[in-house]
Parts: sequence; structure tokens; C-alpha cells
Amino acid sequence: MDRDTDRQRSLTRRTLVLGGLQVGLFGVLGARLYELQVTEAERYARLAEDNRINVQLIAPSRGRIIDRFGQDLAVNDQDFRLLMVAEQAGDVEAVLDRLSAVLPLEDDEIERVLRDVSGRRSFVPVTVRENLSYRQVAEIEVNAPDLPGLSIDVGELRRYPHARLTTHVVGYVGAVSEEELTGDPVLALPGFRIGKSGVEREHDLTLRGQAGARQVEVNAIGRIIRELSREEGQPGEDVQLTLDLDLQRFVQERLSTEISAAATVIDTETGEILALASHPGYDGNLFTNGIDHANWQRLLNDPHTPLVNKAIAGQYAPGSTFKMVVALAGLEDGVIDPDEQIFCPGHLDFGNHRFHCWRRGGHGSLAMIESIAQSCDVYFYELARRIGMDRISHFANRFGLGINLPLDMPGQRAGLVPTRAWKEATRGESWLQGETLIAGIGQGYVLSTPLQLAVMTARLANGGREVTPHLTLRVGGPDAPLIDPPAPSLGFAEENMAVVREAMIAVTSGPTGTARRSQIDEPGFEMAGKTGTSQVRRITVAERAAGITRNQDLPWARRDHALFVGYAPITAPRYACSVIVEHGGGGSAVAAPIASDILRETQRRAPARPLIQASDLAEGVLGQDG
Amino acid sequence: MSLGFEGAGGALANDQKLSLGDKLLRLNWLVALLICLLGAVGCAMLYSAGDGDWDPWARRQLVRFAAGFVVMLIVALIGIRVWMRLAYAIYFVSLALLVAVELMGQVGMGAQRWINLGFMQLQPSEIMKVATVLALARYFHGTSLEEIGRVTRLIVPLALVLAPTVLVLQQPDLGTALMLLMVAGAIFFVAGVRLWKFAIVIAGGLAAIPVAWQFLHGYQRERILTFLDPSRDPLGAGYHITQSTIALGSGGVFGRGFGQGTQSHLNFLPERQTDFIFTMLAEEFGLIGGLTLIGLFGLLIAAGIIIGLRSYSQFGRLLAIGLATNLFLYVFINIAMVTGRIPVVGVPLPLISYGGTAMLTVMVSIGLILSVSIHRDQRISRHTLDSEF
Repeated sequence: MDRDTDRQRSLTRRTLVLGGLQVGLFGVLGARLYELQVTEAERYARLAEDNRINVQLIAPSRGRIIDRFGQDLAVNDQDFRLLMVAEQAGDVEAVLDRLSAVLPLEDDEIERVLRDVSGRRSFVPVTVRENLSYRQVAEIEVNAPDLPGLSIDVGELRRYPHARLTTHVVGYVGAVSEEELTGDPVLALPGFRIGKSGVEREHDLTLRGQAGARQVEVNAIGRIIRELSREEGQPGEDVQLTLDLDLQRFVQERLSTEISAAATVIDTETGEILALASHPGYDGNLFTNGIDHANWQRLLNDPHTPLVNKAIAGQYAPGSTFKMVVALAGLEDGVIDPDEQIFCPGHLDFGNHRFHCWRRGGHGSLAMIESIAQSCDVYFYELARRIGMDRISHFANRFGLGINLPLDMPGQRAGLVPTRAWKEATRGESWLQGETLIAGIGQGYVLSTPLQLAVMTARLANGGREVTPHLTLRVGGPDAPLIDPPAPSLGFAEENMAVVREAMIAVTSGPTGTARRSQIDEPGFEMAGKTGTSQVRRITVAERAAGITRNQDLPWARRDHALFVGYAPITAPRYACSVIVEHGGGGSAVAAPIASDILRETQRRAPARPLIQASDLAEGVLGQDG
Repeated sequence: MSLGFEGAGGALANDQKLSLGDKLLRLNWLVALLICLLGAVGCAMLYSAGDGDWDPWARRQLVRFAAGFVVMLIVALIGIRVWMRLAYAIYFVSLALLVAVELMGQVGMGAQRWINLGFMQLQPSEIMKVATVLALARYFHGTSLEEIGRVTRLIVPLALVLAPTVLVLQQPDLGTALMLLMVAGAIFFVAGVRLWKFAIVIAGGLAAIPVAWQFLHGYQRERILTFLDPSRDPLGAGYHITQSTIALGSGGVFGRGFGQGTQSHLNFLPERQTDFIFTMLAEEFGLIGGLTLIGLFGLLIAAGIIIGLRSYSQFGRLLAIGLATNLFLYVFINIAMVTGRIPVVGVPLPLISYGGTAMLTVMVSIGLILSVSIHRDQRISRHTLDSEF
């Protein structure tokens, strides 16, 4: 018994130690609960909410793009998509098999669907097919009882009804690439598309709108339990362009008689771009769903560069269309009198070089107006020599040449009007006097885009006011204000501007004018202008000796570019136009007739809006109309 | 407060023949009440876990609880000497079952831990815990304090512990194996084994780890490493613990209300009806609910230990204290696991978690403790059991 008592005493003692240990360990648990549920309760409560609530974005409807008269250029179509929820379908393969009887499916399509289904949770919808026709939708709906788990979802798809005419201007949308993820969560939505080029890109944020959001309660595997709140987004705003779709169509079709060409029509008073055409064009609709490889390669490798908007990104030596700028520079700088006669023997010897006039026999003695009308090169060699390159460049820049215009559209190139400093900086060589002479006839280093030439022509036509070319008429509804950039005077003497305009009139109306055969024959619609022929290659001495200067004898890619700039009507100019036909030959033979047709059509359509003069407002003209 | 120890105490001391009525009178009603309270909490939580439905868990749990309660009473009413007699038999039957699942598991390719009895899945490793306590209590009952001092006297009890431990490790079920060792350690300690011997065994065990490591399969090593460091498997155990701590913390002091726990009901919380049911309780009833439940278990365990201390037989003492410690280990390991204090080991919360074997094991354990309580005055000689029956 005593032994047992010893044993019991030892056991009691040790049991108390064991019990104490257990109390201590339970105390640890209590402390841990206190830590979690009191000290850090707030943080964990927030984490639990984060777990529970999922914010889902609702893609906003993209704004439309319309022309100046309200015609659709970019719209949203309903896109019918066939979705499948695997858990509702049950046997996915059997359902797809039955679907094939209604909607023929390719083998790789079925494979992709099966892959998507196996890769996702069974309640997540998988896209079976996009862009279903109404007919296909109807057939699927009729057979719905046999097709469990399949449903039709309506999304939006961007469509360009006149893509072949307007893609260079309007641009297109495409899927968001990795680099374009700016943090706006809407960009990460599957199937979301953003502007990739043209107006679509320029006004992307406006067109895009604000995403809506809905808060949903989800469970651990992401299944939506219920919707907690919903906030509809702000649809994108419509963008109205200054473009006149019908004029654009006319210009584009007129250019299509050539292999590769570009043309621009702008309002000389407002700078509004009425037509901006580049031929050949392409179909922007190809890009909205991701272009296929074959089409992409075809567009990319086409020697006539359909992907390039030549009207703003094509850079060409302006040739003789540059002569008005040189003439005005001479008059403004006072190095020449408009009546001063310069003798053209067909060439000018300067330094060690002989500079040829396009007319081998020479023009004889000419004053300024005749020199422009007949496009005498020797006259402008001499004039450029007197002015100097840097002054020519200064005046060219003021007419919008050789600089980036403040254009509301991506993709323009600046062209080039060289200066002495430019050559030093880029070539490390000093400027040669002979190069000034070459630049004086718009050759050599000088490069310009068709849009720049149209802007130059507009500023010549409107009496020297600095209109800004723009493509956006207004953003938002029909009540939004019109975009109307100011057009301050460039400060040139009116009589000098008048001389240059008179010379441009002589080009189309004078008996010796290079474009007299292209004058518009409708009374009141007559145009003024200037031809240009831009050499792609240098005529070698050997070729000149052999008489091979004719374009027709050369392969296409080495022929001259044909240019024409013009404005109309002569008396109260309103429209300026530039045309370039790549490797088309002579400006008077090829480009001038096109410009003539374009300016005639423009005046018939008369797309320019009536100008509201400050004086009209003061007199209450608008009030009387109302 | 009467713990029911007084009652007919002294008068019946040493009386070996108790009538059924006497036994029922001597039943520790506090323990029975605690069991009913815990069972009710369990059913309520399973009702909530079923998103406010008696199915699929709460109804079946209630039926099992009722059956288990009857089993508990039957076990309690059976004489303590009977249990002592049967101790080794129960132990070896359990061991045989453990071997059986081991063999079946090998045939069935994988870690099969249970035998299908038709109405429930029987996990021999759970029964083994009770059986080991029974066997050790019986062994040490027959060993005097001096004899325990001899190393040779410790060979048999060590074998009794290590045999099932090794088998359970084979499954592999590290959690159960460690629980077995800890319960056994507690009994060894209470029985009077010298502390320096524990030190030697622990040191020897640590030294053996590198050797044992060599014999493990790659996947076994991987499991042990994941057990020790759940972040090795962030989408598995690590995810569970993260979600569990979020659920606990978001419960705050007063909880989010019955059936209102978002973590539990939106399935962020894994296994909310079994291993993580404490998390759901603490999410819905907060710190107050969690501490109350720990308090209820604490009272139950304390009652078990006090019953043991007041028993007149060494067998009864060791049995009650061992089973109470076993209960403590369940509760502690489960709650420490769901609060992120120890790695995830898959130990249920007795009486609350959904599951048949754990319920049965706990009910039998409590039944045995109650039997010790009822028959606390019975003295049992160290050497003879023959005079019984």
C-alpha cells in the first residue's frame, strides 16, 4: 500500500506539471486568437472583403467617327459570339458534334475549344466562334434544346463602311499589345480594342469612353454568387471629321487611274482637310480581328506601299512647286524686282558646274510672272543664289515646309528644307553654293509631303495667313463647338503675295502656262496652280548626251514624280489642292489634269462651311437668318 | 459546484459490486453535460457549414452523436477491471487492424487509412490511440515505482508505443504518429519514468533522424518537408492557412454572425466541415465564441484529469489522465494548426468536426474516463486480476 501511495504521490505531482503545461498551451492558443481577432482584426476583415468582392469592368461602347456631313466612317456592329459553358454542356465533345450539324466546325477549331475548356474552370464561358451571321444565330437558337451549355453573346465589333477610301485617315483598331497596357484596367479586358493608327489612334481616349464597373461577390473558385452594385460606364464620344466622304471617294477614285499617288484638298480659310487620299489603299477591317499572315505579307511587300499614307508620310522633292516660296522670299528680301528680266540660255554656269534648265533651248529673257508660268529653272537658280539657302529655308518653314505641322493625326513626316547648319550637323560638310541653286528649283535635299504642299498653297491663296491643317471638326455631339484654330497673318507684303498669285494664275490661264491645257473649263471655277516634276535620279552627263531623258524609256521606279499644287476659284480662293503621282512623269501632263478634276469636283460639291465674319456677328446677320 | 465526486463516496469505498442504479448515480453528469454542449455546438456549426441546411452534415452528425452517446454510456457502465483485462486484447486487435489497412493500402496503391464498415469508415489509427493508452495503463499498473526505475522494465512499454507508431508512419501519417508518441510520453512521465531517460530518448531520436532520412522514399521526404514548411506548397497547405487566418481575423471579437462568415460560405475556407471547423466557428462567433469553445474543452479535460487523480487504482489514474491528454492533444493540435501556429497535419476537432471515427474514438475515451469515475473506489491489486468475475 505504501508503495502505491508513493506511486500516487509521484503521479499527482507529475500530473499537476502536465496539467500546468496544458493550461499554458491553451493560453498560447487564446493569445493567438486575441492577436488575430483583436489586434489585427481590421486588416483581416479587409482581406476577407478583398477575397469576397471582385470588380468586373463593363467595356464602354466606342464612339463613332463621322465625316463633316454626318456620314459614318467608323461604327460598331453587333458581334454575335457563340459561347459554351462546359458544366452546363455536360459532354462537351458530344455537344460540339451536334453543333457541327448546324454550324460546320473546323477540326482545329474543335481542338481549340476542347483545349480552352480543359484549361479553365467549368463555369467559365469559352468562345466557340465569333462573328456569327443572323442566319447562323437563328439556326443555333432553333436547335438550342439539343445544344446544352451553348449561348449567344452580343458584343461590339468595329466596322469601317468605307475602309478602302478612308483607312489611311480613319485608321483602325486592334487588340491591345503588351506595351500598350498603360494601367487602365479596361485595356486588359479580353477582346478590348484600341486605336492603332489614324484618327482611331489620335482620339483613342475620347472614343474609348469610361469603363463601367460592377461589383460581384465571388466564391473561392471565382464563380459569381451575386451582383452587389453596377455602375454603367460612359460611352466614348463621337468624333466628327472635316473630311467630306463623297469628295474623298471622288479623289481616291480619280487617283486609282495611276499606280501610286496621293492628293490633298484643304479649305484655304480654315485649314480644314476636306480630302486626304493615298493610293493604293487597303481595308482597315482586316485589322480589327487580327490580320492573317498572307494578307499582312501581301500588304507589307507591295512595292506601291499601300500601308503608307503618302499624303502625310510620303516625302518628295517638291520640284518647281517650290518656286513660289523662292519667289516670295526674293521679293520680301528685296533681292529682286518682279519686273527684272533674267536671261535663260538653257543653262547657268556656276563654279565648275553647268546647271541646266528643263528647256534645253532656253527661255530667253523672263520676268518673275513668266518665269513661274513657264517654270524657268535658270531664273530660279539665279534668284536662289541671290537669296541664300538659310533665307529660303526660313520662308519655306513659314509656309509649312520642312517642319512638323501641328496636325491632329499621327504618322506625318516633316520633310526637309536644308540650312547650312543642318548640313554641318548631319553630314559634317560645309554647304556648297551649287546646292542652293538646286534647292531653288525644289530639288536636291528639299523634301515635302503632299499635305505640306497643300498647306503652302492655302497660305499663298489666302493672302498669307497661317492656317493650320486639321482633320477634327468637333468632338462630341452636334452641339459641341467647332474646332477653329486661329489663322494669324504671316506678315508678308500684300503686293508681293499678289505677284505670286498672278504668276500661279498665269500657269493655268496664260498662253505660255505649263498647265494651260488643264484649266477648269467651267466659268467661275477656274484654278490657279503650279506644276512640278521631281527628279528621282540625277541625269548623268552620259544620259544627257545620249538623249535619254525621256521618262517613258526608264523603269517605273526611276521615273520622275509628277506634282501639281493649285487653288480655286481664282477670284475668291477657298480650296487648295496638291497632287503627286509617284513616278508618273511630268507634272503638267499627269498631275495637273488630276488636280483640275479634283478642284472642279470640290467646287461643285462646295463642302466648305460658310465663314462667320466678326463684322457679320456685329451686324446681327445670324439673328436675321434665325 | 458539485463535481459529483462526493455522492455515495465513502460508504461504497472498496465495494466491488455496484448495481446499475448505483453506477448511474455515480455517473459524472458534468462530463455528460459538457459532451452534450460540445455535440450541440458541433451540430450547429455543421448546420452552418451546410449553408443553413441539416444536410449533408448536421443530420448525420446528430445521429452519430446520439449513437456515440449510447456507446459512451455503455463503456462507462462496464467495470474498470473488465477494461483492464481486455486492455492487451484491444491493443492487439487494433494493431492487427492497422496491419490490415497497411496491406490493403499497398494493394490499393496509396495511403489508405480506413476500413469500410458499410455505415462508417473506420480508421484503425484513431482506435490505436485509445488502445495504446489502455495497454500502457495496464502495463504501468503492474509496475512499481522502483521497477520503473529499471531500464529493462521500459522495453515492453516502448515496444507497445513504437509498433503502432511505425505502422502509422508507413501510411504515412506523421500527425497521428507524433500524437501517439506524445500521449505515450505523457503516460511515461506521469507513471514516473525519470526525466533523464526522456532526455536520452529524445537525443537518440534526433540522432536517428539523418539515418532514417536515408531510408525514406523521395515522395515521403517531400511530404515531410512540406509538413515542416507549408510554404513549399503555396497553393496547397499554405493557401489553406492563409485563408484560415483571414477568416479568423475577420471574425473579430463578436464574430460575423451565425451562418454569415463570408470566408466559410464562399468556399475560401477549405475543409470547413472537418479540420477547419474551428475557424468557421471563430469567424462566425468571434473571439468570444472561440474562447468559449476552448473553455468547454478545458473543463472537459480538467474533469478527466481530476477523475484520474481521484481514482484508487493506478490503472484508472493513468487511463483517465492519458485519455484526457489525448483529448487535449486533439484540441490543441487542431486549433494551433488552423491559427497557423503549427504545420497542417489533418487532426480533427473532437465532437465538432464531421467524421465518424473521431466521434467514436472520443466517445469511447470519455466513456472510459466515466468508467474510471464510476469505479473510482475500486482498488485493483498490482499483480492479480483473477479475483474478479
